[in-house]
Amino acid sequence: MIGGLFIYNHKGEVLISRVYRDDIGRNAVDAFRVNIIHARQQVRSPVTNIAHTSFFHAKRSNIWLAAATKQNVIMVFESLYKMCDVMAAYFGKISEDCWTPKENTVLTGNILDFGYPQNSETGALKTFITQQGVKSQITSQVTGQIGWRREGIKYRRNELFLDVLESVNLLMSPQGQVLSTNVSGRVVMKSYLSGMPECKFGMNDKIVIEKQGKGGRSEDGGKSSKQSIAIDDCTFHHCVRLSKFDSERSISFIPPDGEYELMRYRTTKDIILPFRVIPLVREVGRTKLEVKVVIKSNFKSSLLAQKIEVHIPTPLNTSGVQLICMKGKAKYKASENAIIWKIKRMAEMEESQISAEIKLLPTNDKKKWTRPPLSMNFEVRYLKVFESKLNYSDHDVIKWFVTSDEVESTRCAADAAGADEKKEGCPVTSSSSSSLLLFLLSAL
Amino acid sequence: MMNDSLFSLVCAGEIFELKAELNSDKKEKKKEAVKKVIASMTVGKDVSALFPDVVNCMQTDNLELKKLVYLYLMNYAKSQPDMAIMAVNTFVKDCEDPNPLIRALAVRTMGCIRVDKITEYLCEPLRKCLKDEDPYVRKTAAVCVAKLHDINAQLVEDQGFLDTLKDLISDSNPMVVANAVAALSEIAESHPNSNLLDLNPQTINKLLTALNECTEWGQIFILDCLANYTPRDDRESQSICERVTPRLSHANSAVVLSAVKVLMKFMEMLPKDLDYYGTLLKKLAPPLVTLLSAEPELQYVALRNINLIVQRRPEILKHEMKVFFVKYNDPIYVKLEKLDIMIRLASQANIAQVLAELKEYATEVDVDFVRKAVRAIGRCAIKVEQSAERCVSTLLDLIQTKVNYVVQEAIVVIKDIFRKYPNKYESVIATLCENLDSLDEPEARAAMIWIVGEYAERIDNADELLESFLEGFHDESTQVQLQLLTAIVKLFLKKPTETQELVQQVLSLATQDSDNPDLRDRGYIYWRLLSTDPVAAKEVVLAEKPLISEETDLIEPTLLEELICHIGTLASVYHKPPSAFVEGSRGVQHKRLPGSSVESPDTGSAAGVSEAPPAVIPSQGDLLGDLLNLDLTPPTTTGPPPPSSGMQMGAMDLLGGGLDSLVGYLHSTVWLPAMKAKGLEISGTFARRAGVIQMEMTLTNKAMSVMTDFAIQFNRNSFGLAPAGPLQVLTPLSPNQSIEVTLPLNTVGPVMKMEPLNNLQVAVKNNIDVFYFSCQYPISMLFVEDGKMERQVFLATWKDIPNDNESQFQIKDCHLNSDAASNKLQGSNIFTIAKRTVEGQDMLYQSMKLTNGIWVLAELRVQAGNPNYTISLKCRAPEVSQCVFQSYEAVLKN
Repeated sequence: MIGGLFIYNHKGEVLISRVYRDDIGRNAVDAFRVNIIHARQQVRSPVTNIAHTSFFHAKRSNIWLAAATKQNVIMVFESLYKMCDVMAAYFGKISEDCWTPKENTVLTGNILDFGYPQNSETGALKTFITQQGVKSQITSQVTGQIGWRREGIKYRRNELFLDVLESVNLLMSPQGQVLSTNVSGRVVMKSYLSGMPECKFGMNDKIVIEKQGKGGRSEDGGKSSKQSIAIDDCTFHHCVRLSKFDSERSISFIPPDGEYELMRYRTTKDIILPFRVIPLVREVGRTKLEVKVVIKSNFKSSLLAQKIEVHIPTPLNTSGVQLICMKGKAKYKASENAIIWKIKRMAEMEESQISAEIKLLPTNDKKKWTRPPLSMNFEVRYLKVFESKLNYSDHDVIKWFVTSDEVESTRCAADAAGADEKKEGCPVTSSSSSSLLLFLLSAL
Repeated sequence: MMNDSLFSLVCAGEIFELKAELNSDKKEKKKEAVKKVIASMTVGKDVSALFPDVVNCMQTDNLELKKLVYLYLMNYAKSQPDMAIMAVNTFVKDCEDPNPLIRALAVRTMGCIRVDKITEYLCEPLRKCLKDEDPYVRKTAAVCVAKLHDINAQLVEDQGFLDTLKDLISDSNPMVVANAVAALSEIAESHPNSNLLDLNPQTINKLLTALNECTEWGQIFILDCLANYTPRDDRESQSICERVTPRLSHANSAVVLSAVKVLMKFMEMLPKDLDYYGTLLKKLAPPLVTLLSAEPELQYVALRNINLIVQRRPEILKHEMKVFFVKYNDPIYVKLEKLDIMIRLASQANIAQVLAELKEYATEVDVDFVRKAVRAIGRCAIKVEQSAERCVSTLLDLIQTKVNYVVQEAIVVIKDIFRKYPNKYESVIATLCENLDSLDEPEARAAMIWIVGEYAERIDNADELLESFLEGFHDESTQVQLQLLTAIVKLFLKKPTETQELVQQVLSLATQDSDNPDLRDRGYIYWRLLSTDPVAAKEVVLAEKPLISEETDLIEPTLLEELICHIGTLASVYHKPPSAFVEGSRGVQHKRLPGSSVESPDTGSAAGVSEAPPAVIPSQGDLLGDLLNLDLTPPTTTGPPPPSSGMQMGAMDLLGGGLDSLVGYLHSTVWLPAMKAKGLEISGTFARRAGVIQMEMTLTNKAMSVMTDFAIQFNRNSFGLAPAGPLQVLTPLSPNQSIEVTLPLNTVGPVMKMEPLNNLQVAVKNNIDVFYFSCQYPISMLFVEDGKMERQVFLATWKDIPNDNESQFQIKDCHLNSDAASNKLQGSNIFTIAKRTVEGQDMLYQSMKLTNGIWVLAELRVQAGNPNYTISLKCRAPEVSQCVFQSYEAVLKN
């Protein structure tokens, strides 16, 4: 198991060093600093072996986390990430200030015992830290079946917020051919519910996991309005009863209090990209670059994309940029090394274009410009609510943040799309150009 | 702001200040002081000087303060063992505190104080805590047993904690079960043979129930433990798989990987035609793909594991090629791993896409990545024959880019493509030659030189090209030098008239001016070959080369099996067995997949141990004995003093002994006891070394007088064995002296069938008398080196020999697996021609040839786990079968 846990700031100063096992010497702290943090070259692997000690490391916003071991351990990255999550949840952000003695004592002690990961539920750990009295339920909570929720929570108003965030990942060949696309979605929940509520979500019948669905998907594939969505895979928060999902396809759980990520899903089938971005880059000599970017909207007529923002990266040695755009406003931001192009709204099947002339400073640097991918953000307002007969009030503010990035002429690795919708204690149907999920909430 | 002050430096003055604060009467001040101490400690500063003062603060009702003091104790107790005893009473008291948190804290801290002296005091509190009513205390106590075991294993066993721990597996609380499993697994690792984790269907059932209820980390412990279980039959393994599959949807990727490990392992037990087997294969793919959208570090771990899974079961991910396409913002370690998996998944169906991708990668920025991409194109060409042409043209395009490292890498892989598809793509040689000057890496230079030498007849100016390399011969790396030597010799053999000067030049450079023994030896061999027999030289140097295999970097199957059992652990990231990086005995026992036809690990290691030592030790003993004899030799003897000869014999014996271990050591037996031969004792053994049959004898003079004039003669025997020279005993043998003689034998003597067949009658003469004795030689020394039959011939011969000539024997108590046996037998010129596995039984087909040309064919059946082998022998002269069987037995058991 984990023999030692070391946390450093970006300069390599030790913030925490905890040794759980005797086989990790005190010099391991320095070995890691010298060989990884202060290494001359780029680190080629997150797992390294230095003098018979294996180090797992990850870097999160200026903080280096390293776990050392001399044994054949299970993967500890998850525990490192969890530790960061806990810190972030407790302090709001991860920074050097997080590591004060009082908290880290409790946290590192309760998260890992003798190198064994023990508990990483944020809520429970918070209780540990604030624990003072003699009588407490914390022990039965963390060892019980529902370690993520304490008993006796009471709210005057029971609320449940549900955000669906999607991102479209697109890989495009230089010829503009789409190599692969997938949508990875996250369902983030904020629950403020009293007692020990048993929640149950039903998947839309049409959502088929792993092509098990019948319903003749291939036949009526043309009817995009009634299209079913095949989810390739989904993963769930610890609170979801996995065996139940496996047998009945129902997501049942007792939610943790506060914010958490309930599930992630991934789909690859029938993805219609909301936008097409066509970039053209021409290098004119050593000191000039011509860039032209065309975006085309590609969604249903009922939709409207808003607050579109395209982020076009420029080379490091840019000295000046001249911009002409048909629609919206564009500006070169030297601090970000990019051209930011903003368009207020775009309807379906619309096209817009920007062209830029970039002046470059002559450099001796032989390394060619790596041409990082373009990125793009936008919002789509779109939601239908079914089952209004259930007595829930709902609000009409539904926002979709779909971010999308695409690339330029050489290589496309687009990371895109995020949708965010907020509902208050109501059954929600969200539907996007790419996927359709229906959540049924019962038994509050 | 406050934090800054806490992290400030601890200097001597500050220690003093802290000391004063720690001893203050005010509780608040004390607490702040302890906080400061802990702050210094966490950043790695030494505050051990404050030990007594901090321990004094331990007796407090304030939980927060207590926690801090305990933390301090964990860190420094070891450096101050005497002071740590002061804390024992508090621990004992705290273990009975009404607050379960304090009880747990005490028991957790106790285990961390690694001081031998106080462990005894901790047993009673620990025992109580293991039976505590609060599960939180029990789960902490379970881990504490593992800690205590680490400090003092004997104590844990004596106190019966292991049994208590086993009972905890049946605890009602899932978290307690999980921690008990984790503790037991760890303890079991240091006792490989103990039956600590007695996994039976009942406990498995309990674990599977707990699996659904405990925390994510607990699930990992339980899954890892499950992976060590071997189900009784396929039905059981299916039911376990069914209950483990839901874990594949867990958000924690470590849980997913552990579940994958269990499934990969138990899948081995499932029959392939089962519907469920197919379902399971389908279910494994999506979670593996999902892992690739996690954080980059986890992606890396996932990719390393997928690499193993793809090698073991390529069918799982064969349709998922696209997810391994490299993205712009992947970190370099992820890119490299993805590339590796892409090549493994490349097939005829997706090769076009893969090639297009690889071509893109070859224009990227990172040098390592580009190189690997170019190399990958070559590997695709070798793997998928249909794509070879496209690959070659892609490589040529890349060479046109003139990017130095791309060109070099391309040339290296094109060499391999030539090896795989000879006489197909040689048209590109001209393009390659254009880039000769830009090559500066040894590997690329060597590859280019190889190409020039191999195709010298098609390259008009081959001699000029090679000559240009020759100028800086001594500055080249060994690899290039060797290649250049061979290439020029090839050139000479192809175009002898024009290149005579060149070849002489390179030979003299290699043999006279070089310090490198490899190079010199190779130079001399070529020189000798060329000067004695140019025709033979041509046959040797320009021999047809075997084709290179498809996949060159596959992990060796047994290692792969072991690594599959370690999915999700460090071993799977390193692609090395745990024994390669874990020090000490912990966790290094080898794991194997169930159902594979290898014997159980215990017998394997036992055989391994019993095998090695006897081969070497006796020979050392002999040498020692000789030297002792030498010293004790009475100086009263006549004749020249024996030391030098004795020394020589001793030295020879050392060498002989060393070789023995290769051939299989044969114990020497006494052939002629001293009583029967007027004081001359002869013991000896037979051996075959480098194709020569030898009789190794030790002559000992146990009489009172010196012996001289030794000679030896054989009676006619079954295989015409006869001494190839006189018995070389040059010095007289003084009383109590012994001498070792090696007598080479040939098989051209007169033949007479003996009973038993391998009987040999020998006459030895000395100045006293003539003595007769008979001995039996192992027939295996008559097996000649060219006894490997062609596969086809073997089949035909086997059918041809009548069944009456077949005899069957049993070899008992042999613990080698079929491969080891095959290797061993090969050492005695028994050659394995084919191997077949039928229902867990390995059938080895072997052939051997006797010196008189008799072929013996054998079929050896080895069943995993069964120490008894069955052997069937077929031979046109069935009389030899019995003897052959005996030598099989002798070889295998040695």
